[in-house]
Amino acid sequence: MKRRVELKNIQREIYHFRLRLVLSLGFVLFMLLVLLARFVYLQVVKHSHYQTLAENNRISVVPIVPNRGLILDRNGVVLAHNYSGYTLEITPSKTGGLEATIEQLAQIVEIQPKDRKRFKKLLAERHDFESLPIRTRLSDEEVARFAAQRYRFPGVEIKARLFREYPYRELTSHLIGYIGRINESDIQQLEEDDRAANYRGSDYIGKTGIEQSYENELHGKTGIEQVEVDAGGRGVRVLSRTPPVSGNDLVLTLDAKLQQVAEQAFGNYRGALVAIDPNNGEVLAFVSRPGYDPNLFVDGIDEQSWSELNNSPDVPLNNRALRGQYPPGSTIKPFMALAGLHYNKRAPGYTISDPGYYTLPGSSHQYRDWKKGGHGSVDLFKSVVISCDTYYYGLATELGIDNMHAYLSRFGFGKKTGIDLEGEAAGLLPSQEWKQKRYQQKWYAGDTVSAGIGQGYDLVTPMQLAYATAILANDGAGYRPHLVRQVQHAGSNGPAAPEIRPDFELKFNPEHLALVKRAMTAVTQPGGTAAGAGAGAPYGIAGKTGTAQVVGMKQGEQYIESQVQERLRDHAWFIAFAPADKPKIALVVLAENGGHGGSTAAPIARKVLDYYLLGKVPQPLPAAAGEEEEHD
Amino acid sequence: MIRQRLWPRLWKRFILHIDPVLLAALGLLMLTGLAVLYSASDGDWGRVLRQAGNMLVALGILWLVANLPLHYLMRTALPVYLLGMVLLAGVALFGEISHGARRWLNLGVMTIQPSELMKIAVPLMMAWYFEKHEATLTLKNYFVAALLLLMPVLLIARQPDLGTAILISASGFYVLFLAGLSWRVMGVLLVAGLGSLPVLWSMLHEYQRHRILMLFDPAQDALGKGYHTIQGTIAVGSGGVLGKGYLNGTQTHLDFLPERTTDFIFAVYSEEFGLLGNLILLGMYLFVIARGFIITADASTYFTRLMAGSITLTFFTYAFVNMGMVIGILPVVGVPLPLVSYGGTSMVTLLLGFGMLMSIHTHKKLVQT
Repeated sequence: MKRRVELKNIQREIYHFRLRLVLSLGFVLFMLLVLLARFVYLQVVKHSHYQTLAENNRISVVPIVPNRGLILDRNGVVLAHNYSGYTLEITPSKTGGLEATIEQLAQIVEIQPKDRKRFKKLLAERHDFESLPIRTRLSDEEVARFAAQRYRFPGVEIKARLFREYPYRELTSHLIGYIGRINESDIQQLEEDDRAANYRGSDYIGKTGIEQSYENELHGKTGIEQVEVDAGGRGVRVLSRTPPVSGNDLVLTLDAKLQQVAEQAFGNYRGALVAIDPNNGEVLAFVSRPGYDPNLFVDGIDEQSWSELNNSPDVPLNNRALRGQYPPGSTIKPFMALAGLHYNKRAPGYTISDPGYYTLPGSSHQYRDWKKGGHGSVDLFKSVVISCDTYYYGLATELGIDNMHAYLSRFGFGKKTGIDLEGEAAGLLPSQEWKQKRYQQKWYAGDTVSAGIGQGYDLVTPMQLAYATAILANDGAGYRPHLVRQVQHAGSNGPAAPEIRPDFELKFNPEHLALVKRAMTAVTQPGGTAAGAGAGAPYGIAGKTGTAQVVGMKQGEQYIESQVQERLRDHAWFIAFAPADKPKIALVVLAENGGHGGSTAAPIARKVLDYYLLGKVPQPLPAAAGEEEEHD
Repeated sequence: MIRQRLWPRLWKRFILHIDPVLLAALGLLMLTGLAVLYSASDGDWGRVLRQAGNMLVALGILWLVANLPLHYLMRTALPVYLLGMVLLAGVALFGEISHGARRWLNLGVMTIQPSELMKIAVPLMMAWYFEKHEATLTLKNYFVAALLLLMPVLLIARQPDLGTAILISASGFYVLFLAGLSWRVMGVLLVAGLGSLPVLWSMLHEYQRHRILMLFDPAQDALGKGYHTIQGTIAVGSGGVLGKGYLNGTQTHLDFLPERTTDFIFAVYSEEFGLLGNLILLGMYLFVIARGFIITADASTYFTRLMAGSITLTFFTYAFVNMGMVIGILPVVGVPLPLVSYGGTSMVTLLLGFGMLMSIHTHKKLVQT
């Protein structure tokens, strides 16, 4: 383009500018005419068409809620299913008067105060032109009674709906979780993820457990029906229909029978049990006791049940297996032994002489062994078998906390395992850096000593400890623990479960590994800390007992179990895998306030192992709720 | 003596920079907005009062800006633009995600949406740039100005916020057009633009494509985005010539017409006041636009002409895009109906623009007299 060199002609500039302004005005007028034309088209030409659409609400777009996928255990036992039932629903904006309507309804069908409360709550959350349930699970008689008087109740309808049910109740509560009514924050989340359209018409969404983490698989795809309706809003004719696609069924890795055996084995103890197949990371049993009845939550829990669950000293709503964090206690020792061998701080044949306590150089503070007077001469093998504390106090001091941190984190301590459930706790594997950050304090030598026997700052979840045990059992192959084996797509068998590969493989000196495993096997044999629980087993059990302190003991004070209040007693741990030479199952048992691992936790593990490896059922298992009835 | 004359003098000073004609038209639109909001929110006085509060704040800002002398306005162009760019970059790096888009920046004390600032800052910057190079304008200057426009637009489109990106593109394009971009270049750009549509298409987010596709076949997504368009069209069409009457819109009050106090408030208005009401509303908008054009035509400097023209045309674009999307001739992009939709931010941005218009008009008058 040629450069303009002539002097600016202001008059010409302004003339050009105004010309463009006039053109702009022309553009504006033209576009307004376009709008106007469309107005005329919609409001005059097509007016009667839209008039009918709007006035009679002739064509309403009705979402068809898909059936939620089932949840099955590895053998096909149904753990979550749907059954159809009747609800009584009110569309508040269509009733003459809401209060009066509810009063009159109460004379025909039973409406309890808790139903009213729940309805009020719903009404506050939802729009009054939506159909909201006031009663669920109507009996056939109630349905008939209402049907006869239906003309008296405009805006009230009986609807057939599918309800979610968890037939095994407490047994699977912490694992399957539950669905609940969609609330404000769920709606917000759905809109954020651009999933809101698929939830039109849906009332429920997974809130916890598998129901939550696999929500996208289970929910399915909402269908659409265009329905012609009469002036009263009742459907006359279906104009078009896009059928819904049912949610996918989930086949879990869980063995429901094994889960039952484990639950029973706990007796009255609170605690947790996680069993994993070390060869592929499949979670075989996942227990957190006590549980709760997830069915209570499906339609909004009533206040009384909620406060009972919420205020119980047993905290049944707490998922101990996934979120409970406890000191690992002596169960850390096999891992510590491997660390000592790895860093060349301990040779297999090296022995210490245990006087029953350990002192740091230049200090008179005594770190006591659990056995008064000590264990005498102790080598690495014996240190695991009889769980010698003194051995590990010294080893920890020589290793240093940062080496311990580096080595133990390879087994997944201090990190989430990545299991397919939400809300997992990460535990705590301390290091100098961590303490500086968290407490702005330097790390003391004494901190390392306690950490050597899994006390002090160390915290693990039962899930984590089970994962670490599985890694050890499988000679270092880390398969991420998972609960879902296969997603079955509706209407087909779906793809076969993908071949599972380990996420990582730890390398060990085979002699070190063999030694530690041999020592763990000796734990359940005569002379070991869990000899009683291992007695007479036709297969080898590699295990390790542990106790996690609930209250600290002062220097010179003695812990006498019978004199301590039950809730302040130590927690009992037992980790194990079996058969010891070719493990098929790795598990961890935590019995809260159970005292010693060998006497309470190990026998629970034994029952589970006996069932899984030998098929031995200790006592008849209870049937699932409603198992005898037929369900679709 | 002095006392008697003090108040009239103060009042005179107070309204010195206010353009009464423009203010009256804006006021009428805002009152209409409040009335429709009352209906759309099912008689929620709280919401109406909050919106009235928004309006008062915005009017205060209008007054302030109208009283700013022009050279001051010009001087803010560069710093405001740079600030806006920094904030936009901040959003891209540290922005908070809400509703699937990264638009907000948390400054600790408050969260802000920098793209809103750019609606004014971009045309201001471009007009300032043209004014600076007025004497020696070459094609290169247009190219630089286009870059000044493109950088923020791309950042905003990436957030993604298609509605705002389109509005800012439009406001910048108006500056280029009024600054005298040659027809030949515009022709080439048009061809190039059409040619690059497939590329742009591939850059759009899935949901943005979805919204455009859905425009051609709303029934396809009748439960999701298409629902907006279907229900909006039914509401407008069923309004007929005279409308169903204030507070009597059945679509509005019985059905689930989403965003009916914000982006889809025009559907409420149109259902209740019909074609006649639409004509009146278009008339009010046209009046504001015409007044803006008169101010533009009279503006004394290159900078003020460009700025006034861009503000006026952008206002029109707001109105057109919003009504267009409600009646199903444009995709649903999330642009409010100017001065009517509920929301404080767009109200402030719009009245800030009109404050500039008034400043341009009245300060020039002072210079002349």
